[in-house]
Amino acid sequence: MTQDIYIVIEHLRGQVADISYIMLAAARELAQSAGGNVIAVLLGHNAKELAANFAADQVIYLDHPALADFTPDAYQKALADLIQKNQPRAVLFGSTSIGSDLASVLSIRLDLPLASSCRSFTKDGKFVSQICGGKIMAEGALPSPTALVTMIPGGYKSEEGKSTQPPTLTPAEVPALDALRVALKNYVEPQAGDVDIAKEPILISVGRGIQNKDNIALAEDLATALGGVVTGSRPVIDQAWLPSSRLVGKSGKHVKPKIYFTLGISGAPEHVEAITDSDTIIAINTDPKAPIFDIAKYGVEMDLFDLVEVLTEKVKQAK
Amino acid sequence: MIVAEADRSFYDRVLQATPEGERLRLCLECGNCSGICPFGYLMAYPPSRMIAMLRADRFDKLLEADSIWMCVSCYACTAACPSKIPLTPGLMASIKEELVLAGNVPNELQNALTNSQRYGNPLGESPRKRADWANRIAPEVKIMGKFKQPVDVLWFVGDYASYHPRVQSTTRALARILNALGVDFGILGPDESSDGDSQRLAGEHGLFEMLADKNGKAFGKYKFNQIITTDPHAYNAIKNEYPKLGISYPIQHYTEFLAERLDQIKPMLKRESKAKVTYHDPCYLGRANGVFDPPRALIKAIPGVTLAEMLHNHTNSLCCGGGGGGMWLDGFQWEKAHVRLSEWRVREALDTKADILAVACPYETPRFEDAAKTVEGAAQLKVKDIAELLLEAMGI
Amino acid sequence: MNIVVLAKLVPDLVEELTIDANGNALDSSFARLIINEFDDHAIEQGILLKERGGGSVTIIAPDAEGADDVLFTAAAKGADRLIKIKGDFSNVNNHALARAFAKVVSGIKPDLVLTGVQAHNDLDGALGPLLAELLEMPYIGYVSAVSINGDKVLIKKEYPGGLLAEMDVQLPAILGIQAAEEPPRYVAVSKVRQAMKTSSIEEQDASNLDPCGGSAIGRMFQPEASSHATMITGSPDEVAEKLVGVFKELGIV
Ligand SMILES: Cc1cc2nc3c(=O)[nH]c(=O)nc-3n(C[C@H](O)[C@H](O)[C@H](O)COP(=O)(O)OP(=O)(O)OC[C@H]3O[C@@H](n4cnc5c(N)ncnc54)[C@H](O)[C@@H]3O)c2cc1C
Ligand code: SF4
Ligand code: SF4
Repeated sequence: MTQDIYIVIEHLRGQVADISYIMLAAARELAQSAGGNVIAVLLGHNAKELAANFAADQVIYLDHPALADFTPDAYQKALADLIQKNQPRAVLFGSTSIGSDLASVLSIRLDLPLASSCRSFTKDGKFVSQICGGKIMAEGALPSPTALVTMIPGGYKSEEGKSTQPPTLTPAEVPALDALRVALKNYVEPQAGDVDIAKEPILISVGRGIQNKDNIALAEDLATALGGVVTGSRPVIDQAWLPSSRLVGKSGKHVKPKIYFTLGISGAPEHVEAITDSDTIIAINTDPKAPIFDIAKYGVEMDLFDLVEVLTEKVKQAK
Repeated sequence: MIVAEADRSFYDRVLQATPEGERLRLCLECGNCSGICPFGYLMAYPPSRMIAMLRADRFDKLLEADSIWMCVSCYACTAACPSKIPLTPGLMASIKEELVLAGNVPNELQNALTNSQRYGNPLGESPRKRADWANRIAPEVKIMGKFKQPVDVLWFVGDYASYHPRVQSTTRALARILNALGVDFGILGPDESSDGDSQRLAGEHGLFEMLADKNGKAFGKYKFNQIITTDPHAYNAIKNEYPKLGISYPIQHYTEFLAERLDQIKPMLKRESKAKVTYHDPCYLGRANGVFDPPRALIKAIPGVTLAEMLHNHTNSLCCGGGGGGMWLDGFQWEKAHVRLSEWRVREALDTKADILAVACPYETPRFEDAAKTVEGAAQLKVKDIAELLLEAMGI
Repeated sequence: MNIVVLAKLVPDLVEELTIDANGNALDSSFARLIINEFDDHAIEQGILLKERGGGSVTIIAPDAEGADDVLFTAAAKGADRLIKIKGDFSNVNNHALARAFAKVVSGIKPDLVLTGVQAHNDLDGALGPLLAELLEMPYIGYVSAVSINGDKVLIKKEYPGGLLAEMDVQLPAILGIQAAEEPPRYVAVSKVRQAMKTSSIEEQDASNLDPCGGSAIGRMFQPEASSHATMITGSPDEVAEKLVGVFKELGIV
């Protein structure tokens, strides 16, 4: 039994996911109240170098061919073994396609308590979760003995989870990974050929508030005036008002533009998590209670249809 | 032949779908219906050809073509038919129903139907907030469930009048007028459900019955002498369809109700206006129910106003495109047509050189204001509900 | 193929949510319930699998206001068997729910169990993986395509950025559905009414509702709205002016 905080690092095809750094930042806060170390757990194969910029006191490295790519079975086995042996104070997982396949299963397998959708920790070490589309926050004491926690972005900046000082890497023994019931066949790439919105500095992002496909033109005009690109929330992409390569959010792209300008986007957590690294978020929404205003730097409570054309004109004049 | 068997049964069903469905047999194949249909030119099978296909046992062809979703249930074909065949509520609604039952519904329409099932309104708004539009009105608008006393007039507000932000201002205008006239009225608020008429005409008859049943129960809970409504679709449903389900109450459209009180209203219309006004007959007030004069009488009562008629008026009026599910097929129809009926209508209004396009249906203000934004030269055209015009003239 | 789909009801976010008097749970008396949207996708995926390859689809829902509607609607879509688990499920956590489901599901001996990948009110993990471990079945979440292939299923799992992983899973297995291959279909009210007449809901009692493994919530609250954004006000013209000022500050115009 230790007071250490473990972070299960997520990576996909050689890229460490942003949530990993966010969790490293969160773990630092939690470790302070718990009085332990921040320990990153890296599962992979020949993947040591991924750990180079982790802001962690230590990296536990589990190397095995069956861990090269994520599959739930192998990862569960390796982690169950490690957690059982080391008994940390808490283990942080992403509330993601990877982490969600692990945390609940381990909670039952190891008979350990689980708190999900955690956004941040308080100074005295309580978890604060965000649920119901961001409308409700739930706070509770970190359960004992070892708390399994799944984390959503929003509470910490990924920059805070990075360091220029490479952490010490400790290889750990990997249990036998046999009788696996899940096998990765291959990856299917998204269709290419469009702009990469993750790299664009100015994004005009439209949500359901844009109402229909025709109205996308309003956003296109503003984007052209500003030298940016139009992106959208999922309802917009679902209805094929924009191609799927323009989807911002949990199931789309994470973006980090200089300006993220939203038109009629409510700010659901699955959307917001992908935009927190933006320098400046500006939100137009008719609903003063829309959660997007909680994370936007500037907000305008107004019908976007009253504003956008006027704004486009003014931008053109200012150029 | 199995297909022919199925077609037969469908043909029979259409014949039975409306009291005068048997008239389908009387089709002369004159083509009047297809000629007058505003979207007829875009339909692979406009009404007369639909009948021909049915007679030729090719119902499968009709189901394959999505022509039917171009139908906005405007009643133009029905009104034009020399054989008095109830095309709109009979043939059109039955074919749509066939597609709805097969789960073959354009996305937008599916959302509206799902919302109507779930929330009792096609907008997907909280039923608890149905009376929120009345929050700041004094004297307070009585919500029957809270007020618990009989009223003279029960106002069936309707979906868009209750929830649509633009239409809410019309709704508030009418509430103020009723207050000014000293009418003893109440609303159902959260007890009110969608009238269901547009859902019925979009082919969801079961949903219509469910909603009608809810409204019937709500009516039954309270005491009142008559119903008035802001919504011509609700008017049509409560007047013509609810009685078939055993729900019978005297109902007036608000324009009829106010026109009967013109003597009381006229002295209150103090503010003169120099406006030229043209009036759009809503399909379900005019063509379907013959209410043409009361709205006009109200407009003419406003001192200084001149009333100009558009090219299509009275029975010939052009649909705004919102009826019978059209409100929820906008994107679908746009894809096919790349024109909107509302734009056509706004152009006709412009031709009269009117300052104001007056309406009497909650679908219309938002539709025409939207169209006025895109039609060239329409920027100056104001779209106003008659209730708003009256309130302005009263200066209250 | 014996397919089981789990469906639960969650508070409808169209309504204002309220916190109960103890301040640590949602006020369930005031909430209006709606099927978890991902479970709706799971039902659709189950029906699609049946339509493609045959078999039977059993829907299981915990008792709640609206559970019958959810079950009959699924029957109208093509589900064969409807089971309602009786018990007081208001404010019960997913660990307890999973244990209740485990008992019922194991009695059915399914080949494949589908459920929504998550629900918006999950506080102790999603239902699917909890149940999978209780039943010792493999679990994969974020699934958006399923095809049955002998004693295995081939699935597509969603990763950020549109990347998909194809994975083979040994049956019996539990899948957390993110999106069905087709959007959930519309069922006409008359078909639901028909289903109410022709199908029946079996009731089974939840044994014990053991919440062990969840986390105790000390306090629930609604986040302060607009606490961070600086609101720009005025007429559209004035607001546009001020925004152009912001753009200038940021050096983009
Ligand atoms: C696993 C999972 C993955 C998901 N992935 C994503 C994802 O990748 N990306 C994503 O975006 N979502 C994703 N979602 C969906 C997400 O939960 C929300 O449903 C979605 O982001 C809502 O989109 P929206 O803000 O456009 O629509 P809404 O929530 O409907 O918001 C529309 C907003 O527009 C405002 N509005 C309406 N009219 C006007 C007007 N005229 N002027 C100004 N404002 C107006 C309204 O007030 C409202 O706030 C995911 C959900 C889950 C559970
Ligand atoms: S009701 Fe109107 S839109 Fe429908 S077929 Fe008849 S004329 Fe055409
Ligand atoms: S107008 Fe009447 S009679 Fe003429 S073709 Fe149409 S349905 Fe037949």
